Formats: sequence, structure tokens, C-alpha cells
Amino acid sequence: MDILDIIKPENQVFCKTKLMTDTALSYCPGCGHGTAHNLTMEVIDEMGIVEDTIGVAPVGCSVLAYDFMNIDMTQAAHGRAPAVATGIIRTWPEKYVFTYQGDGDLAAIGTAETIHACNRGENIVIIFINNGIYGMTGGQMAPTTLEGMHTSTSPYGREIKNMGSPLKITELIANLPGVYYVTRQSVHTHKHVRKAKKAIRTAFENTRLKKGLSFVEIVSNCNSGWKMTPNEANIWMEENMFSYFPLGDIKVDGKLK
Amino acid sequence: MSELKLMKGNEALAEAAIRAGVDAYFGYPITPQSEVIEYLMTERPELRTGMVVLQAESEVAAINMVYGAASTGKKVMTSSSSPGISLKQEGISYMAGAELPAVIVNVVRGGPGLGTIQPSQADYFQSVKGGGHGDYKLYVLAPASVQEMSDFVTDAFDIAFKYRAPVLILSDGLIGQMMEKVVLKDQVERISDKDLIKMNGYWATTGKKDRERNIITSLDLQSEKMEARVHRLQKKYVKMELEDLRYETIDCEDADYLIVAYGSSARISQKAVELARKKGIKVGLLRPITLFPFPKKQLFDLANQVKGILSVELNAGQMVEDVKLAVEHKVPVEHFGRTGGIIHTPEEVLEALEQKIINHGHFRHHKTRESSIL
Repeated sequence: MDILDIIKPENQVFCKTKLMTDTALSYCPGCGHGTAHNLTMEVIDEMGIVEDTIGVAPVGCSVLAYDFMNIDMTQAAHGRAPAVATGIIRTWPEKYVFTYQGDGDLAAIGTAETIHACNRGENIVIIFINNGIYGMTGGQMAPTTLEGMHTSTSPYGREIKNMGSPLKITELIANLPGVYYVTRQSVHTHKHVRKAKKAIRTAFENTRLKKGLSFVEIVSNCNSGWKMTPNEANIWMEENMFSYFPLGDIKVDGKLK
Repeated sequence: MSELKLMKGNEALAEAAIRAGVDAYFGYPITPQSEVIEYLMTERPELRTGMVVLQAESEVAAINMVYGAASTGKKVMTSSSSPGISLKQEGISYMAGAELPAVIVNVVRGGPGLGTIQPSQADYFQSVKGGGHGDYKLYVLAPASVQEMSDFVTDAFDIAFKYRAPVLILSDGLIGQMMEKVVLKDQVERISDKDLIKMNGYWATTGKKDRERNIITSLDLQSEKMEARVHRLQKKYVKMELEDLRYETIDCEDADYLIVAYGSSARISQKAVELARKKGIKVGLLRPITLFPFPKKQLFDLANQVKGILSVELNAGQMVEDVKLAVEHKVPVEHFGRTGGIIHTPEEVLEALEQKIINHGHFRHHKTRESSIL
């Protein structure tokens, strides 16, 4: 059979996400950010809402998200994305506004902005990438760094007595009445990617229905920061991260699971 | 119809914001400016014009809400007082860097630290020398009356959108709290989303439709690009100096001595000028209305005419540095000001002028003559 008989649109299984730019990703090979970007852009494309979508980029590895996401985006100060998104959704209530934030941004420096945007039930989507480390600044301890985990600022492992416990911000905000949908996903296998995409779609559909705040945590890896190969990092994540940050829905249709 | 009312400065500013067609206000309570958000919440501007008013969880959140709304081309503002303005500096720096139009109001109280809730002008340095991090300046308007608290809202937004830059209204606890009559402007309709996209769609993040995507950021990791951004900002500041400097001169034509003062100090100094003239001392007043741009040339020229200059400020001596720079040592320049929330009287100002400039000037002049004889 001639190869050209196979390469036909109707046979196409995968293609480049339409709303991703051609700019080469700045993320390390094996990092989950690229997949999370793809899924978000696919959902926006499939829902046909690009004309009404405004994204908010954080400070951290995904500070340059706007280089890769081919939509209107505003880059926020460290931790302030939920406040920036509040300013946008309050003045454009018919738009789709989402923030894309890492664990240091959302759960350390931006804790106040996160909790209060959630508590007000802003009609936005928060996509939260939790890899338990500050990737961009070179692997320092994050609020979600696990007990005993080695980072450049916890070189002998995170000590609970001294450094506190890893913060389950997702469970914390799920208890706030303004929050409509909370789920924890991952993007390290095809099965998980499909589930994560479904969750992101649900979140944006909630915005469409003006249900309030939707929060999608994606537990991800940081093979560079964790000093592992991508495959080792994924195995380590399954074995260690998922027991502390269990995957699944936490709050659906405004009701805690 | 324009309307004559008796109002507090803070209230006049809030009412002016509604009438100017402002889209949103985000704030956080702090004395002595809480009347701004209280007035807005009471007036229900969402029913009058559709204006959004929201009490944020902190000054930090409020300025970032402003950043968000401003990035979509909306007319948006916040207000606070000194400690709160310190907290907003990060957001202000980001807005300057990302080239966003917005209006920030500082009803200054005494500092440093928690300081006092009484009036002060101790935030001059913070306002005109940057405040936040990086190479930027704010266009700074300094109202000296309740009328100007009202009028400057429109003026500030005109400048903010002309230059796509944050603008600061630098008031103080005295102007904010005192009541005066004020002529309020007519209601201006808020700009519709459709018109906003037509006007600002070339840069604002309103949703990508029939164009390339818009990005609002202050980040440029390539040095050459970042330097180009800094140069672009500096060009704006040069243009502000050329086109939008504002100041007022009172009794300067025949003046032998000059007082430089802004805001509430200018009001007090105006009375001091009257008292001096009654005593036969020819004193004039230069009131910078914009603190950046600063009336450098006007001061330089006046220094050819007067024998000495007193910079009167409710602080330990801040604007006096800029006056000295402008005058280039042609005549003596001294500072007078009370701090800690104490407001100087016109008599104190006149006394300071006599002691620090007039008499001291004689003494100095005399000494110079002596030494030249020797």
C-alpha cells in the first residue's frame, strides 16, 4: 500500500493543536506543562470560544504561556493571577477567563488571592499545575513539596517540624461555598490525559453556565527539579505524589464528594 | 447638568469617578481615604452607570484587579493611603512596564511605617521617583482643593489613555477629609464594549477576534528587547514633560522671594503670601500641579528674579531636592515643613521664610561681601 493512501484527513488520529503557536516550548522534555497547555487550548477550540477567552499567565515555568497559547493573554505578577482574572471577569462578565498557575504561585505567594477569588465565586477557571517544586528558579521547596523531598532549599529533605506540611490547597478551597467544581487530575498517561481534558472541558462549561469558580489541579512532574529522568519522575509521582494528592473529583456541581 | 455641592474631597473624587464614566473601582479600606469606597458602595454606581465597585481582600489584590481590567482597555481606578500605596507598588510597576492605563489615588498620611492617620506629604519621593522597582515614572497630579479632587479624575484618565500609562493623583488627608463647595461635571456615559474594542482592540486583551492575539506583559527576557521597552517608556516621559506639564503661579510677577508648594501646603502658603505682602515683603507662589513632570524651567527662570526660594512641604524635605536641581544653585533654596500629621500655619510659613531665606539671605550676602573685601 502506498503511504499516500494512508495519509488522508479521515485517517488522522493526532494533529497539532490549532490554538498552540509554532513557538518551540520552553519546557524541559518530559514536563507535563506542554500537555496541560494543549488540553486547555483544545477545549477552548472545541467549544468555539477563542473570541471570548482571556487567559492569565503566572510567574513560574509557565510565565511564557502566552508565547505558546494563541489567544489573548495577560501576564500577572507572582501569585496575583486570581486577582487579575477578577478584574477581567468583573468588567467582562460574558467572557471566559482562566488562570494557569503553578504551586508556588497559587499556594504560597498567591494564597490570599486564590482563597478570596474562590470565596467570591468568581466565574473563572483556575488551572493549577502542582509539581511540588519551584521549577523556574531552579528547584526550590514549594508549599506542596512532600515530606522528606529534597530540593535546593530543603537539601536534607522537607522537615515538617521546621518547614510545615505540604499544603493541600485544593481540599482547602473545595470547602468554600463560591467554588463549584474541584478536581485533581494528571497528564502522565493517555488515560489520564483524556480524563484531564474532560475535567478542563467541564470547568469551561461551568463558566458558560455562570456557575462560579472551577478549579482543576493537575499533579505533574518536574524531572529537572526532581533530578530524575522523565520516566523515573512519572513513576516517582505515581508512587509518592498521588498518595498525598489523590486523583479524582473533590467537588462536583457545588457538592463535596 | 453640572451641579454645585458641599462635599468632602474623598467623596467628590468618588462622585467624579462615577460621572467620568469609569468602568470599575477596586479598593481596600484605609484611613484617611475610606470614604471613597464607602461613597461608591452607597451610591450603587452599578445601577447609575454600570460601574463595577469591589472591595478587595488587600491593596495588593485591588491593584492587580486594576491591572486585569486595565489590560482589557477598561477605565479603571483604585485609591488608598500611604501604607496601602506601598503595597500597591508592585502592581504599579507592572502596569508601567506593561503600558496599561489606570488611575491610582493616594490620600497621603504620615509615615514611615504605620505612621499616623493625619495628613502628610511624605510620599513625594515615592510618587515621583518611581515607588516600585524599575525604570519608570508616574504622571503625578497634586490636587489642592476639593474641586481639583473632582476635576483631576477626568484629567488623570485623559493622560492615562493618551500615554497608556498609570497616573497617580497625589492628595493628602487634608484635601481628602475637608469639605468645600465643588462643581460636579455632567455624567459621561461609559464606553460600550463594542466601542472599546474599536478604540483599544489593537492592544487590549478583549478576546482574539479578526486579529492576531494581544499579549499584556512587562517581561522581556531578551536584553535588547527589554532595553527597547525601557526606551519606549522614557520617550513617553519626555513627551509628558513637553506637552502635559501643569503649574500655577500666584503673585510671581514682582516677587523678591518665592515659595514652592503643592497640594494642601500650597493652600496654606497662598495665605502666607498674602500675610507677607501685607508686611510689604514681595513673595510669590509657584504651585506645581503636576509633580512629574516638574516645572523645572519655570523655577530656573524665576531663580533669575528672586533672591531665595522656600520649599514648603508637609514632610522632612523631599520636593526641595527637585527645586534645588532646577535652580542650579543660582539662589538659596531652603525647606520648611511640619511632619507627623501636624499642619503648618500660614504664620509659621512666613516666619520660616523670614528666618531661613530673607534674614539668612542678608546675612549670607553680607558675609560674601565681607569675604570679597578680605
